[in-house]
Amino acid sequence: MTTSNNLVWLIALPLLSSGLLLLLGKRADKWGHLLATTVSASAFAIGAVEFFAMQGRDVLDRPVTQKIFTWISVGNFNVDASLLLDQLSICFVLLITGVGTLIHIYSISYMSHDHERRRFFAYLNLFIAAMLLLVLGDSYLNLYVGWEGVGLASYLLIGFWNQKPAYATAAKKAFVANRVGDIGLSLAIMIAFATFGDVTFKGIEEHADHASSAAMTAIGLMLLLAAAGKSAQFPLQSWLGDAMAGPTPVSALIHAATMVTAGVYLITRSNFIFDAAPTAQLMVVIVGVITLLFGAIIGTAKDDIKKALAASTMSQIGYMILATGLGPIGYAFAIMHLLTHGFFKASMFLGAGSVMHGMKDEVNMRKYGGIGKFMPITFVTFGLGYLAIIGIPPFAGFYSKDKIIETAFNAGGLKGILLGGATLLGAAITAFYMSRVVIMTFSGNERWGHKDEPHESPALMLIPISILSIGSIASGFLFARGDSLVNWLKPIVNPAGEQHLEEFLKPIVVSSMAVFAVLIGVSIAIAKYRGELQSEAPAKVNALTRAARRDLFQDDFNETVFMRPGQGLIKSLLNIDYIVIDGLVRTVGSFSVGAGQTLRKVQNGYVRSYALMMIVGVLALLVTVWLTTS
Amino acid sequence: MSIANYLYLSAILFTIGAVGVVVRRNAIVVFMCIELMLNAANLAFVTFARINGNLEGQVVAFFTMVVAACEVVVGLAIIVTIYRSRRSASVDDASLLKR
Repeated sequence: MTTSNNLVWLIALPLLSSGLLLLLGKRADKWGHLLATTVSASAFAIGAVEFFAMQGRDVLDRPVTQKIFTWISVGNFNVDASLLLDQLSICFVLLITGVGTLIHIYSISYMSHDHERRRFFAYLNLFIAAMLLLVLGDSYLNLYVGWEGVGLASYLLIGFWNQKPAYATAAKKAFVANRVGDIGLSLAIMIAFATFGDVTFKGIEEHADHASSAAMTAIGLMLLLAAAGKSAQFPLQSWLGDAMAGPTPVSALIHAATMVTAGVYLITRSNFIFDAAPTAQLMVVIVGVITLLFGAIIGTAKDDIKKALAASTMSQIGYMILATGLGPIGYAFAIMHLLTHGFFKASMFLGAGSVMHGMKDEVNMRKYGGIGKFMPITFVTFGLGYLAIIGIPPFAGFYSKDKIIETAFNAGGLKGILLGGATLLGAAITAFYMSRVVIMTFSGNERWGHKDEPHESPALMLIPISILSIGSIASGFLFARGDSLVNWLKPIVNPAGEQHLEEFLKPIVVSSMAVFAVLIGVSIAIAKYRGELQSEAPAKVNALTRAARRDLFQDDFNETVFMRPGQGLIKSLLNIDYIVIDGLVRTVGSFSVGAGQTLRKVQNGYVRSYALMMIVGVLALLVTVWLTTS
Repeated sequence: MSIANYLYLSAILFTIGAVGVVVRRNAIVVFMCIELMLNAANLAFVTFARINGNLEGQVVAFFTMVVAACEVVVGLAIIVTIYRSRRSASVDDASLLKR
């Protein structure tokens, strides 16, 4: 274990810059974006330096720690604000700061017409700081601070244009759905503390053998709930589509590449808990499978390009969550897919932003068409991302998704066949809806309904997209070559070196099946969307499409099952408060008022009536005395 | 003649005084009724002194007379002042409270 003093700067720099930009206000308008971008790039530089230093060390010496200060010290319970940079964190640090810096650069141009650009960059830096704290914290409590921080940044950025009420509502929805997951995380921390008396990853890992399986399962399920909230997994997935209300760079950075993958990080980081809790692990797999199909089906029916991509994000994270549920061997593949997904999905989101930029912020793909020839660079980069996500060899998604499908098939027995089949089906649907997005946007007839031709975006936007699309070409091959990423992560996630349970299908067979499924999906999409399209969505569609357009009734379900009964409960509680509690208080009040009104009449100012009362009183006393003594 | 008759007389005088205080409006008359009640009490004290064969009751009666004399001085002064300011000696007119 090595110590270092540089780690804290990773978090402190963006945090300070964010605070500075927010405090200085308009005075920083001229240079705020430049400062934020520089800070993000410096964080990337620190990350890169740490990465190369880590590579140069022995496997056992690779993790780096830094204690910043003693945070909580109560009796035997000590929590330090400490950072831990190991082989897993460094992947995230490089992804967050790398993709983050590119998106900062992109945003300089994308947000140049927004007079609140400085505030936007302050929030972006706040996000970078919180996300880095999330992946660098050495205990669940430190992670929790970052976890809440990214939730806050996400809320602020989704509602960045909060002058539109729908966008403000979307931000609130994301925040509330995330809170449900956060409850899971805080409960998991509490159970862990009750079981182990410790909340650091290291401490829990060392004592994991002594804990009861019930406690492990409980922690695992609560962590899964947390992951479901942050990563938009079933049943807390409904916020992600609405989160597209935020500016497109935010969708690319937070709601595609980094923050939504925090759930995958959490489960991978907690591998020692899930490996000891098979029930929780099975639930992880189930959640992953449901979400990957759920997101894919929603993606087929969305006409809003960003919402289609959001559904795809949900589905791809479903793949990652599924992989983390497949035991020690799956974690590395989940991270691999997470990293490649970070590249290609960010590149596609930025591409979508570029299209919107050229199309006067239109997001409806029915009003696109034939944009490819006007925006060639965007088309090519988006196309590369597309080939990567559907998994055409040798693009990035092929390597990472293929590994997950293979691991699913090798999970053993009927479970393996079912999981493998589901992932193949998901791959086919992914190919279908992504082809649909590409065809509807870039080729076909022009349907935008005005004379202004779309124009290509400025270089400041195209350069980051191009760099990301290079990542979506090369990253998969680099990670998969010689199992480099798997071996890199092995000491953290799979120290025992566990292999596939059984080799159900040979890798080459799985790959061919996956490619075949993809080709089927692509061909269906081409057959369906080849010809002239109308600029209005067809009204007569089958029940499944209608359901998918309504996000498979996820909002209706939530509103029926949680919102309305919740509102009913609140209303009845309000009534109880009004009638019973307030009623009691009001009765006491009106009683004193009435008593006062009655007794007031005694004080009438007539001396004679006072005298009469005195006489009556004395007589009454005398009678009482006489009666009690005789 | 039984000594109890003095007590009956005292009771009757006291009752007349009390009723007078309650039913009469003129402050002077009310005041006289109060004096009547005090004298009824005095009579009772003296009677009890006689019954018990000691002097305590008689002593108290002297005290009562002194107190009554003081009271008359103060009370008449108040009544005169009220009469001056309100041009009426009726006790009912001296009520300033809201009904």
